[in-house]
Amino acid sequence: MEPLVIAGKAYASRLLVGTGKYKDFDETRRAVEASGAEIVTVAIRRTNIGQDAGQPSLLEALPPARYTYLPNTAGCYTADEAIRTLRLARELLDGHALVKLEVLGDAHTLYPNVVETLKAAEVLIKDGFQVMVYTSDDPIIAQRLQDLGCVAVMPLASLIGSGMGILNPWNLQIMRDRIRVPLIVDAGVGTASDAAIAMELGCDGVLMNTAIAGAQNPVLMAEAMKLAVGAGRRAYLAGRMAKKIYTASPSSPTGGLIGR
Amino acid sequence: MKSLSLTINGEPRSFPVPLTVAGLVEAMELAGKRVAIERNGEIVPRSTYPDTLLADGDKLEVVVAVGGG
Repeated sequence: MEPLVIAGKAYASRLLVGTGKYKDFDETRRAVEASGAEIVTVAIRRTNIGQDAGQPSLLEALPPARYTYLPNTAGCYTADEAIRTLRLARELLDGHALVKLEVLGDAHTLYPNVVETLKAAEVLIKDGFQVMVYTSDDPIIAQRLQDLGCVAVMPLASLIGSGMGILNPWNLQIMRDRIRVPLIVDAGVGTASDAAIAMELGCDGVLMNTAIAGAQNPVLMAEAMKLAVGAGRRAYLAGRMAKKIYTASPSSPTGGLIGR
Repeated sequence: MKSLSLTINGEPRSFPVPLTVAGLVEAMELAGKRVAIERNGEIVPRSTYPDTLLADGDKLEVVVAVGGG
């Protein structure tokens, strides 16, 4: 299978996973391993003063030498907050330039604020960041983000953490026709079939967190997602048969039936 | 003894002067941990921690990577 290439780097896995909402770091590690993901998202947060000493850290569970860390700006509501957060992330990760930009518009829906997202993307790209950008499923905004120089465009399929699946496949289809950088469904996937549908539509990858971490058995669901992304990708490349609403077509020979 | 008033992650804190960023990291028991620090809105590169003296009233953000999606 051909690799997923983001900002010139090739990845064998087309599944990107978040590292939030797990029971503990051991479960995080086992789920990420089962998913086969090579890119993992992380959040940047203030240290709890005086409470972190001796605590295990995420970086020990998922060694940065083995995984590509994708720091995010989850929780940021303005371009300025997102830019500051990613500058801290770059320092934290020794100059690492690949980041996930998300600027939220509303705490209730976590719907992206595309106005602030566009502003932040422009500044970050000028500053040398490789920006993978979370956005709405508006194809025009997606194109604008691509034109600004984002290295991947990542539309929602439905709201973050909702597990509602691919609610507007037609918009993803329009984006697929117009977006040349990797198109990655980010947010909304609830179960394996959702991931497969995204890939069958021609998306280059899927990013998810809650669908795995929120499953009854996260490690098993991680494996299911790995298989679903692989299956969906293969189906897309294979090219599905045409849908024929009125013409049924038997798979068995029509001649040679007994008793005729 | 003179003391230094800093705001760290939004909380007021006092330290004896003089204090470098490296000294602050030590005092916060974060030595050897992977952190990043912003001072008054500007990133403090790790290589400059030993030479960066903190001033009264400095506002610092000290962050780590945590699980997230």
